[in-house]
Amino acid sequence: MKWRRLRAVLKKEFIHVFRDKASLFMVLMMPVVFMMLFGYAVNTDVDNIPTAVLDMDKTEASRELILNFQNTGFFRMEIYADNMETIDKAFENNDINAGLIILPSYSSEAGNMEKVELIIDGTDPNTARSVLQYGNAIGLSVVMNGNGGSVEGLNTQVWYNPNMESKRFTIPGLIGLIMQNITVMLTAFSLVREKERGTIELLAIAPLKSSELILGKMVPYIIIGFIDFIVALGIGVLWFGVAVEGSLLLMVATGLGFVICSLSIGMLISTVAESQLEAMQMTILIILPSVLLSGFVFPLESMPVFIRTISRIIPLTYFLEILRSIMLKGAGFGGLYQEIISMAGLTALLLSVAIKRFKQIMQ
Amino acid sequence: MMENAIELVGLKKSFGEIEAVKGIDLIVPKGGIYGLIGPNGAGKSTTIKMICGVLEPSGGEGRVLGLEMGAESEKIKEKIGYMSQKFSLYEDLTVSENIEFYSEIYTIDLEKKKERTDEVLRISGLGDRKHQLVGNLSGGWKQKLALSCCLIHKPEILILDEPTAGVDPVSRRLFWKMIYEIVEEGITVLATTHYMDEAEGFDSAAFIMDGRIIAADTTEALMKKNNVDNLEDVFIKYAIDSDEETFEKEYKMMKRRISDEMA
Ligand SMILES: Nc1ncnc2c1ncn2[C@@H]1O[C@H](COP(=O)(O)OP(=O)(O)O)[C@@H](O)[C@H]1O
Ligand SMILES: [Mg+2]
Repeated sequence: MKWRRLRAVLKKEFIHVFRDKASLFMVLMMPVVFMMLFGYAVNTDVDNIPTAVLDMDKTEASRELILNFQNTGFFRMEIYADNMETIDKAFENNDINAGLIILPSYSSEAGNMEKVELIIDGTDPNTARSVLQYGNAIGLSVVMNGNGGSVEGLNTQVWYNPNMESKRFTIPGLIGLIMQNITVMLTAFSLVREKERGTIELLAIAPLKSSELILGKMVPYIIIGFIDFIVALGIGVLWFGVAVEGSLLLMVATGLGFVICSLSIGMLISTVAESQLEAMQMTILIILPSVLLSGFVFPLESMPVFIRTISRIIPLTYFLEILRSIMLKGAGFGGLYQEIISMAGLTALLLSVAIKRFKQIMQ
Repeated sequence: MMENAIELVGLKKSFGEIEAVKGIDLIVPKGGIYGLIGPNGAGKSTTIKMICGVLEPSGGEGRVLGLEMGAESEKIKEKIGYMSQKFSLYEDLTVSENIEFYSEIYTIDLEKKKERTDEVLRISGLGDRKHQLVGNLSGGWKQKLALSCCLIHKPEILILDEPTAGVDPVSRRLFWKMIYEIVEEGITVLATTHYMDEAEGFDSAAFIMDGRIIAADTTEALMKKNNVDNLEDVFIKYAIDSDEETFEKEYKMMKRRISDEMA
């Protein structure tokens, strides 16, 4: 390994990245745009649900209950109905998604939640589930505030993300996903471009060691991937307000590890693909399953065993677990070492295969 | 003792089932231009890549500047310059950045770097364009820059694989003029081409067909021996002798390709 040769490759790679202002802008704006787009789009939170109320009790206590529902912000009282028919009609007309019915005996049996009925429009199961959860949650608090009576049957507890805000689940996932996609794509393209141009042949014929070329190509993309990680993290924390409960250092360290992992995937693609189009197709082929199977959208626990096995060989799966645990639970190294070892193992495997194939190209 | 630039003995290369090079013996003396002439798929590029040390031969052996192919390929790499028809250059780098890159890759002595850079810029006439982006240069200038880049480390052997394919006739002529000037300074050039008229200016030539050398000598001797006054006729004679059927096919294909390129 000679420093002069390594430096020459580094310099050239940095020029490739920084001279093309359009692509540089894209590289730096991608995390911003994606965070904003997906941060809002993958928002499964439901609030301001149009609701109709049928208060048959008509007492101080029942009015307080309605107010409590309203004050959460999850329900917006649209209609104060006099009878069931009005509510039925409102549901049919899609004027409301929820109906709150307070039975006449509510106040006499002080705070008995069995005398309160929440009707939910199940057409959109996602909304329905949220309404159910919120209903349970505030129902619970009413009971507690009231008489401190029995809470059996309503005992739902949510930890770590008490408001069940989807962004706290989505944002850490997005950070990992964005980082992976950008790094894989950039790295894959970088070597394939040399193949297309034929410059790879000249590099092979020159007395350039493959280690010099690999390192010279890796460093700039590690830096870019890392910058994107920081940008995405910054947006997640500052804009979306998802705080990092755990160690920022551990997060940055594992983030760096994951950049290297994504880079290896990109490098592997670039040793197989012969054109930028092929590289693009392969990148998509890698990204798509990693979006669906890494637990980014669908929780791993609800997947069949076969699919779960596949997701175990996707590095993003581990990184998302790491990210979410650090950001939401404040987990430390002790609680994450299994995931970290798995991710490191996959990285080592991918990197060594990539380097081996790279050397074959360079002979 | 007069050492040869390149000596190949029974050199072979197979890609799986395909035998691309079927045992080639070749002696390229020092100095002058040596042509490797043959139709598409004859095995020219494969032979050249083995000489350059980027393809491992499946059989036979060879020496380049007295260095053993394979075992001493790293040393060989420092002494040869290689240019392919693709003018492989970085289009988003300027002329001088491309040259600078290769001078660093070849770790040219720092005292000599400036001198070498000026020299290749002088040969190619790219001095006025050194701050231009390569992507904005015309084909002819790109070809000159590609040559500059592979001359930067002052190689003893310059290997040109179809350097004029797809270049207009005027640029072709100017390019060879430049090569002849370099040869004056003592460098050995090994070039492949399928333009017979170009090859007539070469000092020596080997005809290669279907992975075998069918004739090799000085171009003068080749023409004299066969009583013809151009290389094209020589090639036809040898080719017919070697294998009438495949020749007919390949020669026609070659002619068609050339006329396509000209058009
Ligand atoms: N990497 C490779 N894999 C398989 N076959 C190859 C490879 N390189 C060359 N060949 C085959 O070897 C033969 C000689 O190719 P080549 O040396 O490129 O011919 P030329 O340069 O004379 O046109 C051709 O049939 C070609 O298809
Ligand atoms: Mg060829």
